Amino acid sequence: MVDNQIQLIKVTVDGIEVEVEPGTTILQAARKIGPEVAPPAMCYYQPLKGSGGKCRACLVRVAAGSAKDPRPMPKLVASCITPAQDGMVVENFSSPQVLDARKGVVEFLLLNHPLDCPICDQAGECDLQNFAFEHGTSATRYEEDRRTFEKHDLGPYIQLHMTRCILCYRCVHTADQITDKRVHGVLGRGDAAEIGTYIEKAIDNDFSGNVIDVCPVGALTDKTYRFKNRVWFTKPVDAHRDCPTCSGKVSLWYRGSEVIRVTARKNEWGEAQEFICNTCRFEKKETADWVIEGPTKISRSSVISANKYRADLQKPSFGDRVAAAEYKPIDDKRDTSQLGIQQLPPERFAKTLPSAKE
Amino acid sequence: MTLAERMYLPAILGGLGITIRHFFMKKPTIQYPEVKRYLGPIFRGHHVLKRDEQGRERCTACGLCAVACPAEAISMVAAERKKGEEALYREEKYAAVYEINMLRCIFCGLCEEACPKQAVYLRHDRMVPVFTERDQVIYGKDRLVEKLDDRYIRNNPDAQATPTEPTLSRSVG
Repeated sequence: MVDNQIQLIKVTVDGIEVEVEPGTTILQAARKIGPEVAPPAMCYYQPLKGSGGKCRACLVRVAAGSAKDPRPMPKLVASCITPAQDGMVVENFSSPQVLDARKGVVEFLLLNHPLDCPICDQAGECDLQNFAFEHGTSATRYEEDRRTFEKHDLGPYIQLHMTRCILCYRCVHTADQITDKRVHGVLGRGDAAEIGTYIEKAIDNDFSGNVIDVCPVGALTDKTYRFKNRVWFTKPVDAHRDCPTCSGKVSLWYRGSEVIRVTARKNEWGEAQEFICNTCRFEKKETADWVIEGPTKISRSSVISANKYRADLQKPSFGDRVAAAEYKPIDDKRDTSQLGIQQLPPERFAKTLPSAKE
Repeated sequence: MTLAERMYLPAILGGLGITIRHFFMKKPTIQYPEVKRYLGPIFRGHHVLKRDEQGRERCTACGLCAVACPAEAISMVAAERKKGEEALYREEKYAAVYEINMLRCIFCGLCEEACPKQAVYLRHDRMVPVFTERDQVIYGKDRLVEKLDDRYIRNNPDAQATPTEPTLSRSVG
């Protein structure tokens, strides 16, 4: 009986212990604890098998390899492909060595990445933007010309900006695993490596649009959404429809009453769990096509939540608490009965005061 | 009170003296619509959408000014630059519609700070004129884009190059 049970292993990430199943990667164990300790990931995409291990964004320091062999690992390891061991002690944000290495990773990823965020449709939901903002430096040391490519046309739905690509291979894995036949891949080696369709063959598959969702940067974007709007002016809404080919669960992005974009629903790590078909993504852009479930949850720190006021908006209580702490009741003993000033009853007055206990 | 004080004559004369002295003093008043006061080097007045040295519009409709605007006064619609319009717009994308609601605008200058392309400025030498009709309130591109014969130049020694505008400092007109 006991033997059949899976023995959970204990992993410590940044001083927080978590129990996970054997075979879990360090990244998954850290994500189980929460976003405070989860390493960033640029190429790893949980629903795609074989992804990860390329971008080095998720490097962590292993301070103790396991309970049996508590020696630290000699080099920083990529947490997305390193399995956790029982008694492993991992340092992520608490290690200055890791933070320093990430700064270098950001610098390398940005070497050939153009600074066209003001034009790019991905700006605001771009993994590289977030990663560089959180872990990078504000200035670049790179002086040489960035690489350029010949323009490839990927058909009417998908726009390829090869200059923005960071070669994470997510789209290649997507095409491999959820479409029958992939017609695009990485051509060339080293600096000349590029995503392309061999002999300029356009992607035409029912699920080809998912490469837009998995792309961490703006290299693959929605052509039907091209320059329509910025993500932070649009309002995401969860919706579904009966789709014969896919699950039909999507996020609709509204501008006013108009659906300007349809994407797969993403979880808190920015990963689409259920891939959607091209019909849902590109052709159903009427509210009447969908059953609305409610607003998509967006973290307060995201720019997408800027200038949006929901009924259930939770404002931070810090200001109220400061006001309550600094409040001094005024001892006003003047006789106001002659003045004709309407006095608030005390209980009504107390309601308007912020409470320090909150 | 003494008799002299009771006659109020010294007080009247004193008052008249002040009045007469003011006749000869420098007038602080200016004849406003005809004469305008210097607003200072950092006054935040009329918005302007800058053009670059070659007369191309700098704005790429990135939306950062609108998201930075605390009064939500700015709105825009982006469009893709077509072939042959390279002399009109600097980047691939441009603002087809760019509107500022001057009733909402509080002239805080956050749009100017947010702009990565150094496209929107609040002129230090010109105020937004008084309006009398409602349809004069929303300023479109026709009233915001810099006219080529009326370039706006501000010399700002504190200006720094931004990552997206590494070569152009704000002092360049």
